[in-house]
Amino acid sequence: MASGVKPRVKVPKTAAAGEAITIKTLISHNMESGQRKDKEGNVIPRSIINRFTCEFNGELVIDVTMEPAISTNPYFQFDATVPEAGEFVFTWYDDDGSVYDTKKPIEIA
Amino acid sequence: MEFSRRETLALGLGAAVLTLMPFRANAAAEDAIAAFTGGADMADGGVTLTAPEIAENGNTVPIEVSAPGAAAILIVAAGNPEPGVATFNFGPLAAAQAASTRIRLAGTQDVIAVAKMADGSFAKASATVKVTIGGCGG
Repeated sequence: MASGVKPRVKVPKTAAAGEAITIKTLISHNMESGQRKDKEGNVIPRSIINRFTCEFNGELVIDVTMEPAISTNPYFQFDATVPEAGEFVFTWYDDDGSVYDTKKPIEIA
Repeated sequence: MEFSRRETLALGLGAAVLTLMPFRANAAAEDAIAAFTGGADMADGGVTLTAPEIAENGNTVPIEVSAPGAAAILIVAAGNPEPGVATFNFGPLAAAQAASTRIRLAGTQDVIAVAKMADGSFAKASATVKVTIGGCGG
């Protein structure tokens, strides 16, 4: 499913240096598990996002390997440290080779 | 009601298959964990797995894992057709070795979290989730 994929990320606009912030991410995706069957009894082929990463200024925050047991519209919530002003880069990797990404800048208050 | 020899044999075979099924599912889950730990021993404690006791809808079960000092956390659902759920790898900028997500569960089963600590040891936690409607489309 390469169409209609829309990443949504919630990151505070500002943070104190060294502060831990909570990040929430959601991406719209069917996450077809490869277990379901259609009306004719044929297996619907698997089509999921298999990896999600979050980096800040090139340094890794979290790297998630996903299996078909992750729900439709994968949601993740995690904490990140903000050492300086910069940019969060969120990347999702689809089974079909598509890569979806979104960026969020953050400033030091 | 009388059973012929053939029927009795078929019944016995069916019962044997039924008892073997959960065992097979657990073996797949154990394989997934062994692939992650390399067969190392797992300590209890050090990992917190938060999952609802009863999930009405197996399609989206909210779970949360937390393991202070972990480098990676593996989530396994022992009763799913494919036991693997997700692996969280934490980088240097992760403020806490914790994450929440939503997972699919095919039925009532144990969800297991295995954390790989920074020193190379492993810790494990599990939670039983009762599922009213399965999440694998069967």
